[in-house]
Amino acid sequence: MTTTDLPRVDAAPSPEEPTTWTGKIRALWMRELPPEKMLPETQPKYVSSWIYVFGMLTIVSLIVIIVTGIVLTIGGVQWWHTSSFGHYMNSLHFWSVQMFFLFMTVHLWGKFWMSAWRGRRAMTWITGAIAMIMSIATAFTGYLIQTNFNSQWIAFESKDVLNSVGMGALINVTDFGQMVLMHVALLPLCVGVIVVMHVLLVRYRGVVPPAEAIDHAHTVAITEVAS
Amino acid sequence: MMSLRHAPTQDLDSRPWDGPTRHYDIFKEGAIALVIVTVLVAALAAIFSSPDDKQLTFKSWAQSSPDSMYTTMVAELAGTSDTYNYGPPYNNNSEGLSVGPIAMQKWMGVTHPINASQDFVIKPLESQTMSADVKAAVDQWNAATPEQQTQWASNYDTALNDAAGANGDPAKVPTGDYGPTSVLAQAVVDMAKTGAYDGAIMQGQFFSTDQTKQMLLMGDGSYMDDIATTDNLQGNTWGMVNEAGSWPGQMWLAPFSFWYQLPAFNNTDPNNTFAQTLTDNADAIIFAIMMVVVLIFVFVPFIPGLRSVPKWIPVSRLVWKDYYREYGRR
Repeated sequence: MTTTDLPRVDAAPSPEEPTTWTGKIRALWMRELPPEKMLPETQPKYVSSWIYVFGMLTIVSLIVIIVTGIVLTIGGVQWWHTSSFGHYMNSLHFWSVQMFFLFMTVHLWGKFWMSAWRGRRAMTWITGAIAMIMSIATAFTGYLIQTNFNSQWIAFESKDVLNSVGMGALINVTDFGQMVLMHVALLPLCVGVIVVMHVLLVRYRGVVPPAEAIDHAHTVAITEVAS
Repeated sequence: MMSLRHAPTQDLDSRPWDGPTRHYDIFKEGAIALVIVTVLVAALAAIFSSPDDKQLTFKSWAQSSPDSMYTTMVAELAGTSDTYNYGPPYNNNSEGLSVGPIAMQKWMGVTHPINASQDFVIKPLESQTMSADVKAAVDQWNAATPEQQTQWASNYDTALNDAAGANGDPAKVPTGDYGPTSVLAQAVVDMAKTGAYDGAIMQGQFFSTDQTKQMLLMGDGSYMDDIATTDNLQGNTWGMVNEAGSWPGQMWLAPFSFWYQLPAFNNTDPNNTFAQTLTDNADAIIFAIMMVVVLIFVFVPFIPGLRSVPKWIPVSRLVWKDYYREYGRR
């Protein structure tokens, strides 16, 4: 090795400037979404309506859905027909799905009337809308794998819709195995990823200000003297 | 007296909020919400349980409605069943549905082939130990030309369903050139009554998770359809959002189900060719409509007019009434 092969000491990067992909991504993350922005202890004062609770209610409903779904997955697709505990677990899954969609619908209408896409928040709306559509697909496949009359009838009827536009060639709702895999693996993964993106965007952009909010930074107090 | 004077707003919506704030604890809010939802769901589940109508089997069909199954098997042999005439992805006996010139069902082709007479009647019978008369009937059928098979079964299908004659009653079918049709249909019904057909239609598969053939055959008869009608599960009675029993169904599909209730997609006037075309292709047309609806929904922020509705109808003043009361509106 010659001296020219040795790294130059004066060329070493400063500790503040990352040189690896990991370091650069970490630096980007810390710059765009630092911990105090990710998990803030304050919110704008206008975030004080019950309507803001429905986003959180939707997420915790999803948590209940996932937990009960995991228990049902461990039991197997037919377990809940023969076990009273399994049937109760299915009932928890069923009602948490009903609550999930109820809360999400209220959340959606709330965000619509707040025109919550203002201020470069369009992607927040779009990811939320896609999350709802993916959730509908996930719930639909859940109905298909109940292994009872309802799932037979829904599969029989819905096949015509997918077949009519050629999708039945790829997504066969009467293929129980394919629907099980979609419901417990593929679609929940999609919903999970899109919900995480949605929540991160909410934190990144912040909660949209009131449509007619005043500009506090450029507001000055003046005193009027009665003439 | 003091008042506030507002300077022109500069990108207030997009820049970080620099106005007054309040205390906020997302984990505390989440924990409280989780407890509330868990208790609520646990109570609903305990009080109302969840629907679980037992699955239908070919055994239950054959035992409760043997004539219905018999008629369906004759239709499979005669080529008059829904499955036989479905088209892609099961066969090429029709072109399927389309939206104008766009015929995706036809273009995607046959990916799950079903031969109604063979898959629903002959192969299940051959998979079992057959009595002498049934074996003779199967041999006679297999030895005949397709034209002869169709002729036999069609003759019998027509006679069986003659409203002025047998009217669905096999015992009243007059003698005719039917070949082994009635023996084959009755053999399937007899096999189904024992429960053997539920396994036979799977045709020797050890790992079978694909119920396509079973589902299509079950839907070809009136057995499952009648039960669904009783439970208000048909598409034109909001069946998509209904649930068997009194439980809530998939209410979130209401925007989809809505279109199926429109008269244009339920035409009964054969002289109205346009409405009949809409009705015949309802599934494809409604799916296309819903794709447009979904795109509008996803891209609301970019659609002029629609994105301004909240401004024209300021419902949001209710949401921010406390803030406006304290700081006013600009």
